[in-house]
Amino acid sequence: MEDLGAAFALALDLVLGGDPELVAIVGLSLAVSLSAVAIACLLGMPLGALLASVPFPGRPAAVVLLDALMGLPPVVVGLFVYILLSGAGPLGALRLLYTPQAMVLAQAILVTPIVAALSRELLAGLQEEYAEQLRSLGIGPWRAIPTLLWEGRFGLATAALAGFGRAIAEVGAVMIVGGNIKGVTRVMTTAIALETSKGEIALALALGLVLLALALLVTGSVAVLRGTAARLAHD
Amino acid sequence: MIRLLVLLSLLLAAPAAGAAEDFIILQSTTSTRNSGLFDHLLPKFTAATGIEVRVVAVGTGQALKNARNGDGDALLVHAMERELAFVAAGHGVLRCDVMYNDFVIVGPAGDPAGIAGGRDAVAAFARIAATASPFVSRGDDSGTHTKERALWRLAGIDPTRAGRWYREAGAGMGATLNMAAAMEAYTLTDRASWIAFANKRDLQLLVEGDPRLFNQYGIILVNPARHPRVNFAAAKAFRDWLVGPEGQAAIAAFRVDGQQLFFPDADCG
Amino acid sequence: MTDPSAILPLEVRGLALAFGGRAALAGLSFDLGREGLTVVLGANGAGKSVLLRVLHGLLRADRGRIRWNGRPPGAAVWRRQAMVFQKPVLLRRSVAANIDFALAARGLPRRARRRRLEAVLEGCGLGPLARRPARRLSGGEQQRVALARALALEPEILLLDEPTASLDPAATRAIESLLRDSRAAGTRILLVTHDVAQARRLAEEVIFLERGRVVEQGPAAAFFAAPRSAAARAYVEGRLPP
Repeated sequence: MEDLGAAFALALDLVLGGDPELVAIVGLSLAVSLSAVAIACLLGMPLGALLASVPFPGRPAAVVLLDALMGLPPVVVGLFVYILLSGAGPLGALRLLYTPQAMVLAQAILVTPIVAALSRELLAGLQEEYAEQLRSLGIGPWRAIPTLLWEGRFGLATAALAGFGRAIAEVGAVMIVGGNIKGVTRVMTTAIALETSKGEIALALALGLVLLALALLVTGSVAVLRGTAARLAHD
Repeated sequence: MIRLLVLLSLLLAAPAAGAAEDFIILQSTTSTRNSGLFDHLLPKFTAATGIEVRVVAVGTGQALKNARNGDGDALLVHAMERELAFVAAGHGVLRCDVMYNDFVIVGPAGDPAGIAGGRDAVAAFARIAATASPFVSRGDDSGTHTKERALWRLAGIDPTRAGRWYREAGAGMGATLNMAAAMEAYTLTDRASWIAFANKRDLQLLVEGDPRLFNQYGIILVNPARHPRVNFAAAKAFRDWLVGPEGQAAIAAFRVDGQQLFFPDADCG
Repeated sequence: MTDPSAILPLEVRGLALAFGGRAALAGLSFDLGREGLTVVLGANGAGKSVLLRVLHGLLRADRGRIRWNGRPPGAAVWRRQAMVFQKPVLLRRSVAANIDFALAARGLPRRARRRRLEAVLEGCGLGPLARRPARRLSGGEQQRVALARALALEPEILLLDEPTASLDPAATRAIESLLRDSRAAGTRILLVTHDVAQARRLAEEVIFLERGRVVEQGPAAAFFAAPRSAAARAYVEGRLPP
């Protein structure tokens, strides 16, 4: 209990103090996770729309597979990317292991199925509503994809947020492929793991609170943006 | 919003990661990092040479595996026999002893096995087993885990078959100490991690001073003949600095709470 | 003057379609001339909506023959049709953008789109609503937008599937008035309804369906004065079928 109280005080101190190391760690956390989510959205949303709109043999199996991939453990993704980027691996020549790019790659792999599966779920509902009307206008399943994505844009923001929440909170993948190198690949979650292992429980908790505040900030700004956009853009 | 995200990913995709042009990856152990040793040493080395050292802190077993894959330019670990085997297999070159400290046995103040004050680590392990007192093992193939298994062997005990009192954490030193503190269990730790650990609670240092608890750290360079992409020149510069007078003096000067944690004993023979 | 790409007249022979063993269309045949407003009447499940969807290419018949001005159905035919559904499906954007979307889908150049958009907004009395979010309009206004979107495509034939089934009288009146205007402007209209009063107000010709077949087809006046089949008689008089 005293740890909890100390943690709140410390968290406040950290934030108000503007400690440059903390600022760098927070910045890297945001940059890595937002980049990973951006990549995941660029790939996952069209994939979700495709699965929602275009019928093909094996689509039900593909949907089940995608839903299952949402539960991919970060450590497994981390190991997979490690094997890929390791000096002995197929992409070793790129020298990307222990860099932020490797962390972005790992988180993008982790998050893409989440964004794709949630997008598919949402857009399948829209597709059901729009399909006849779009076909009547001469728009087939492939051409419907961009329309569905645009029509679902406010709901898709939630899919992106779910992906961001997963990315910013995961530690297993970035620990393995980033290596938690001070000043280079240390992010909020690996810093929390490190402080915990040093027995600095209050500091670890304080960093956890900062992480929570960060997540709230991002989620909140998306909610505000979405509200404004919906009002302006004819929901 | 989307444009901002794309911009961010482009920024990250650019090759610029960190300011330093010249850097090496050092595969090392949690004990050296968690104690704060690297925060003390590395800025001095970087100031002297312009080379940045990026530390990946894992268990010794993991560090050796990563280095075998060519993921890293140098190793600073503590499991001498395995290090020599690593060099003999051609994975590493130019090994040196760098520094030492010792392992200690810590446990709950209540001390149900009654080992406090002893100097015989093997006898203490035997008592822990005989009284079936809780013991938390690293269980992660690290240098500390290697030492612990050697001590059990000397005591003639296979703890993994001994019963529920023996718990394998499969975690780093800090996490294992956290568990031991929470479970009021015994564990083996290097002295540096112990002194720097901030969440001791009821844990106390109970056994120390056995010569068999000696803990030697060594540096090895990843063999450039096997992994041509390693930054061998910079890694060698780091090794030479570390075993040279400046590095050795810096190691000796490092203190936590007034205590010296590592003792320089450079030997490249 | 006959346009060689015209799709009317229409000839339908022996159209059949079953869903899971239940026949929705059971050997249905009729002809449709170049002009006029034809109302398709019949009880629920008689096959009215299915017929429209088959004609529009949204469903495929199991058997039967459809000839549009002698040609089999295909994309070129469906492009010259437009359809209005019972429940208007509008996109999450403004009224004008909804109509422009349909025009763009047909591949019309920007200037032609703007001209048609302005004309149809004006013609359907939607000018003041042009910039409003389409989905926030009332049900009647939404259906008016859906109809305007269909008319903007300048179809040779307009298919409507119970367009006023869930609208109040004022909104229904607005839709009916627009249908009369388009009929007057030369658009062929095929309207499915189960509202006999609406059929009396609008129809020039009636096709009466029962269990997937055409049981009567003829001029509206004659049909309403003396339906020949027992089922049509019961339906027109508002009696429950036996």
